[in-house]
Amino acid sequence: MTLKASERMKIPRQHMPEQDPGQRATNFGEVNFGLACEAARTEADRCLGCKGAKCIGGCPVGVDIPGFLGALSEGNLDKAADILFDANVLPGITGRVCPQETQCEALCIRTGKSEPVAVGYLERFVADWAREHRTTKVQHPPATGKRVAVVGSGPAGLTCAGELAKKGHQVTIYEALHKPGGVLVYGIPEFRLPKKIVDSEVEKLKQLGVRIECNIIIGQTYTISDLLNEQGFDAVFIANGAGLPVFLGIPGENLKGVYSANEYLTRVNLMGAYRFPESPTPVIDAPQVVVVGGGNTAMDAVRTARRLGASPATLIYRRSRQEMPARVEEVKHAEEEGVTYHFLVNPVEILGTDDGWVRAVRCQNRELGEPDDSGRRRPIAVPGSEFEVPCQVFIEAIGTRANPLLTQTTPELKVNKWGYIEVDDKNMTSVPGVFAGGDIVRGAATVILAMGDGKKTAAAMHDYLLNQD
Amino acid sequence: MFLILDAQWLAPGIRRLIVQAPHVLRHHQPGHFVIVRVAPESERIPLTVADTDHDKQTITLIVQVVGATTEQLCNLETGQSVLDVAGPLGKPTEIKKFGHVVLVGGGVGTAVILPQAKALKNLGNRVSAVIGGRSKDYVILEQDLSQHCDAVYPCTDDGSYGYHGFVTGQLNELIADKAQPVDAVIAAGPVPMMKAVAEVTRPHGIHTIVSLNPIMVDGTGMCGGCRVMVGDKMLFACVDGPEFDAHQVDFDELRDRLTAYRTQEKRAWDHKPSGHVCKCKVAEVPS
Ligand SMILES: Cc1cc2nc3c(=O)[nH]c(=O)nc-3n(C[C@H](O)[C@H](O)[C@H](O)COP(=O)(O)OP(=O)(O)OC[C@H]3O[C@@H](n4cnc5c(N)ncnc54)[C@H](O)[C@@H]3O)c2cc1C
Ligand SMILES: Cc1cc2nc3c(=O)[nH]c(=O)nc-3n(C[C@H](O)[C@H](O)[C@H](O)COP(=O)(O)OP(=O)(O)OC[C@H]3O[C@@H](n4cnc5c(N)ncnc54)[C@H](O)[C@@H]3O)c2cc1C
Ligand code: FES
Repeated sequence: MTLKASERMKIPRQHMPEQDPGQRATNFGEVNFGLACEAARTEADRCLGCKGAKCIGGCPVGVDIPGFLGALSEGNLDKAADILFDANVLPGITGRVCPQETQCEALCIRTGKSEPVAVGYLERFVADWAREHRTTKVQHPPATGKRVAVVGSGPAGLTCAGELAKKGHQVTIYEALHKPGGVLVYGIPEFRLPKKIVDSEVEKLKQLGVRIECNIIIGQTYTISDLLNEQGFDAVFIANGAGLPVFLGIPGENLKGVYSANEYLTRVNLMGAYRFPESPTPVIDAPQVVVVGGGNTAMDAVRTARRLGASPATLIYRRSRQEMPARVEEVKHAEEEGVTYHFLVNPVEILGTDDGWVRAVRCQNRELGEPDDSGRRRPIAVPGSEFEVPCQVFIEAIGTRANPLLTQTTPELKVNKWGYIEVDDKNMTSVPGVFAGGDIVRGAATVILAMGDGKKTAAAMHDYLLNQD
Repeated sequence: MFLILDAQWLAPGIRRLIVQAPHVLRHHQPGHFVIVRVAPESERIPLTVADTDHDKQTITLIVQVVGATTEQLCNLETGQSVLDVAGPLGKPTEIKKFGHVVLVGGGVGTAVILPQAKALKNLGNRVSAVIGGRSKDYVILEQDLSQHCDAVYPCTDDGSYGYHGFVTGQLNELIADKAQPVDAVIAAGPVPMMKAVAEVTRPHGIHTIVSLNPIMVDGTGMCGGCRVMVGDKMLFACVDGPEFDAHQVDFDELRDRLTAYRTQEKRAWDHKPSGHVCKCKVAEVPS
């Protein structure tokens, strides 16, 4: 039965069922439970199926959103999944971590009149359904005899590997850490992205015949030239992420209890410090934690601290709430979990005890001035407004820069002045046969853009490999 | 899994493990380290590659029991395996023709200077090694070093063997010997020792390198946990080091940062399911 547009407009946006905030602030279980089938179909009914749907243009990988929502609304989950997976190979992940409110949902025609269609929830729903109900028919296409090395197993590397394997190329992923997944496993916490979802993507790749070699650091264990010359790979995709944390450069940063968000999250997520001492990697226990930053990384760090018992767990950000780059849902969830926010505040010094432990952070107020290059109003220091926030752990989540490990041993690889790899419109680097994508090309970006790069590059690499001889 | 072809106690609490790790050999140079995980739930710990054997495709690790993970590793026997060996990591040692180089190794730091001795000697340097231990039993690798060095000077705190006193005392004597002027010093060992070495060479303006051992997690530059202050720069020991100009390093801060997990390390030590079953003969519980 088809609904009229006016009927569709009357349906309210479905609510995402979630763990009770008080309870979830004490565990690492996923916050969102996912929509039930009925609710998902009702939500899909809210899509007006616009001709020339704008939402598609908001999706960095151009998912046919009205197409998959239409199939879902008809109850044809298989078709919905086919449409979704056609453009996005990791929808179970992006459905959970994409900033939908600035992408597809921002352009939904309903925005303004009522709430946009919950595209993210539905993407997640269809992907989860497919993971649980579809036995992936593993196709083994005829082997091309070409071998490809992929450096890094984040979303860019995983996607590229999968796409190339589906075309019959033999793919090996080299990962520096002991577990594949990149930021998806060491950075983004379990309560936002359960690791079993990443694991199942990795499992799928293995079924496709992709080999994954962990603990191999390209640039150190093997160089790019080793891969091409001695190991006989026909092409290489570099997707080693951005990586290196930036520090503020304020006094007190080497006190005990100061972490980069990367270190804090790696200790807790990858190394399981929340299960210490069963898992032997520790993280410093602190009754009070302050995190500086306004992005997803900062939110993940402060919510992790909250779950490890910090009260208060405080986030300080130099701009105002509107300018926070973090996903809106995370900002809201964190607040419900009891995270305290201080906006328009910047740390100027970390204060320590006599024996070298963090005891507080000295902050200074900011006020918003003229817009800067990013179009956001520039925060300006307010002299004399300093105050102290007591804490025993202070976490910096203010950004990353390019990891030089690989590029420094491959001098022929052209990088820009920030150390990010330069590529042409096919994502090929200055070295023939060597391609790159994801954060190492874009600077810190998003999962969907990394995935999109992996996909686009795989297509370019496929052409390159076939035309090679 | 990486097979242990040989495991021997070199001294109380110090074990030598010869591990099959062909992938580490290809680009290994003196100064490199690896990150080891003993078993699925283990910590990632950095260990220097003390030696390599291209015929047997092995690396040598020399490990001192200081906590739960090093104990777990040292309890492994010949024929058992470690789960992961990632590397080689870090920047290699500056190996060039210096003239007369004095290598200073304190305790397990002696593992760091062994491959350096080899490489420096091959380039035609005069190489002296000053190696220290608490007492005779704790002086390690003297034989191995003497194969590559022009002179090896063992030192013991209690005078039970070799020079009676700290390695810095012996180093001072070598510097005072005008017949063999010292052109460079490379030191690896406990932080107070490296700091003392830096102070000994500073007034003489002798080029001095130290191999730092901050707490690491990934070893690939991703976490910043291994940061050290060198001059006024914050550097990451795993990618910018671990070797730095001794006269620029803030040793006090490094020493302090190494104590960040004292309480947790005690808990990890006490938590071991089997209690303390170390076979190393010294129950050196972290203090
Ligand atoms: C805490 C945190 C939260 C985030 N939250 C979100 C979110 O909610 N939504 C969103 O869209 N984006 C988010 N992001 C950003 C997003 O995760 C990244 O943009 C994305 O992961 C980049 O993908 P990638 O494949 O380029 O690299 P990465 O995911 O960084 O993966 C790179 C991989 O390469 C490996 N590697 C590095 N060097 C080498 C080498 N020399 N040899 C072999 N392997 C190597 C690394 O160990 C790593 O596994 C977040 C980032 C962080 C840190
Ligand atoms: C580049 C590098 C090379 C190293 N090479 C060697 C080596 O060849 N042989 C060897 O025995 N050790 C080496 N170390 C030190 C070794 O990594 C640590 O002793 C080990 O991580 C301790 O783990 P644990 O769980 O047994 O002890 P923990 O219980 O974690 O710590 C016990 C005590 O050891 C100290 N400690 C912790 N981590 C380190 C560390 N990374 N470095 C120094 N002290 C530490 C702490 O102060 C702590 O109080 C090296 C360290 C670095 C950074
Ligand atoms: S150990 Fe993580 S950056 Fe050096």
